[in-house]
Amino acid sequence: MSELDQPGAPARRTLLHVLGGAGILAALSARHGAALAQGASGAQIVIDNFTFAPTPLAVSKGSTVTWVNHDDIPHSIVCPKLNLHSHAMDTDGTYANRFDRPGTYDYMCGLHPHMKGRIVVT
Amino acid sequence: MSSNETDDMQRRGFLKCMTWAGTAMVWTVVGGVPRARLVDSAEAAQPSTGFTFAQISDSHLGFDKPVNPNTTATLQDALKQVEALPTRPAFMIHTGDISHLSKPAQFDTAQQLMGATKLTAYTVPGEHDILEEDGKSYLNRFGKGTKGDGWYSFNHEGVHFIGLVNVVNLQGNGLGSLGHDQLEWLEGDVAHLSASTPIVVMAHVPLWVVYQDWGWGTSDGAQALSYLKKFGSVTVLNGHIHQVMQKVEGDVAFHTARSTAFPQPAPGKAKGPGPMMVPAGELHQHLGIAQVSVVSNTTPLAIVDTPLI
Repeated sequence: MSELDQPGAPARRTLLHVLGGAGILAALSARHGAALAQGASGAQIVIDNFTFAPTPLAVSKGSTVTWVNHDDIPHSIVCPKLNLHSHAMDTDGTYANRFDRPGTYDYMCGLHPHMKGRIVVT
Repeated sequence: MSSNETDDMQRRGFLKCMTWAGTAMVWTVVGGVPRARLVDSAEAAQPSTGFTFAQISDSHLGFDKPVNPNTTATLQDALKQVEALPTRPAFMIHTGDISHLSKPAQFDTAQQLMGATKLTAYTVPGEHDILEEDGKSYLNRFGKGTKGDGWYSFNHEGVHFIGLVNVVNLQGNGLGSLGHDQLEWLEGDVAHLSASTPIVVMAHVPLWVVYQDWGWGTSDGAQALSYLKKFGSVTVLNGHIHQVMQKVEGDVAFHTARSTAFPQPAPGKAKGPGPMMVPAGELHQHLGIAQVSVVSNTTPLAIVDTPLI
C-alpha cells in the first residue's frame, strides 16, 4: 500500500511494551478482584491477543485510563454507560478517557464485542 | 472426503463445522441432500445452463504486517484467478473487510482493482469497513441504492440475492447483529417470492454461530433464517473467519470463504482469532476465492473453493 499507517512504529512499539509492563505490574498487585491503578492520575490497559488486561481495573475518580493495542488487528472501545465510542486503534495505537464519576463501567471492543472489560472508579 | 463420511454427516442431520484447507472442493445440494467431494479445479462445476458467480472476501487492504505485508498483491492474485476461471462469472461478490481501516485510499485501491475485472462487484461491509464517518466512507462508495447501513437485494436469472449488514451497533452479547429495522425489511423483501425461488444470502459475519467465544456468529441470525424457511434452496455466503467452513441444516447451506489477505486459526486452536503466521511460501495455500454455480430449474448450488496457488 502506498500509505503506511504507522511510520516509525518499531521504536514506539518498544516504548509501549515497556509501558505495557506497568499494566502487568498493576495486574499482579490486584486486590479484592480489581487491579490498582498506578497512582491517581493515570492507568493503562493493554490489548493483547484480543484480551483487555488488567480487567477489572480500579482507579480513583479523575483518573485517565489509556488503552494501547498490541494486536495486528484494530480494536476500539465502546462503553454504553458513558455513550463512549472510541476511534479504531491500529497496532500500537492508543485511546485515553478520563473517568470523573465513581461507578462501575463495563466496556467492550466495538469491532469484536466478545472482548470485554470493566473499570471500577472510586 | 469419502462417501462414508458424507453419509454419516447426513445421518446426523446437523453438520458440524468442517474445514477444508488447501484443496478445491465441489459442494452441491440437491433437494436438500448435501454431497461434498474433492475435485481438482479443472473439474469445477460448469453448468450447461444457469450461471456462476465468484466470491472473494476479507481483503484487508492497508494491512501490512509480517503475516502478509502486501495485501494489495494478494487481492490482485485472487482477481487474476477469478478472471482465469474457465467460465466467466456473471458477477462477483465481496463479503466484507474490503479495507483494513476504512481509509479512502484503501477503498479506492479496492474499487480500482475490482473494477479492472469489468465484473460487477456486489459487496457487504465488514467491521473493518465502517470505522470512519459512521460507515459513510463505505456507503458513499459501495452503498448506492442500498437501504439502512447498506443492505439490499437483487435478482439474477431467477435467483434472489440478499446482501445483509451484521457488523453495525454490535452488542454486549459478543456476536454480529442485524437489528430490528433490517430484519423487518428482510421479512418484507422475501414475502412475495415463490417458495421455489433460490435464495442466496451474503453477509460478513457468519449467520450461524461458528464459535461463540470469538464472536463468530450473528445473534439474530436465526430470526433472519426463519423468514427464509419456506424456500427450498437457501445458500448463505459469509466471510470474517478467513477459512472455509460449511454446514447444512435442512434446506439451508452455509459457507464461509477464505480471505485474500491472511488466514486465521481454526476455532479455539489459538489464544485469539488474530492473523495466523504460516511458513514462508505457504501463504497462498491459505488464501483463495470461491466460485458458485447456479443451475437453472434445479436446486443445487455448487461451491468450488480454490486456494491462490
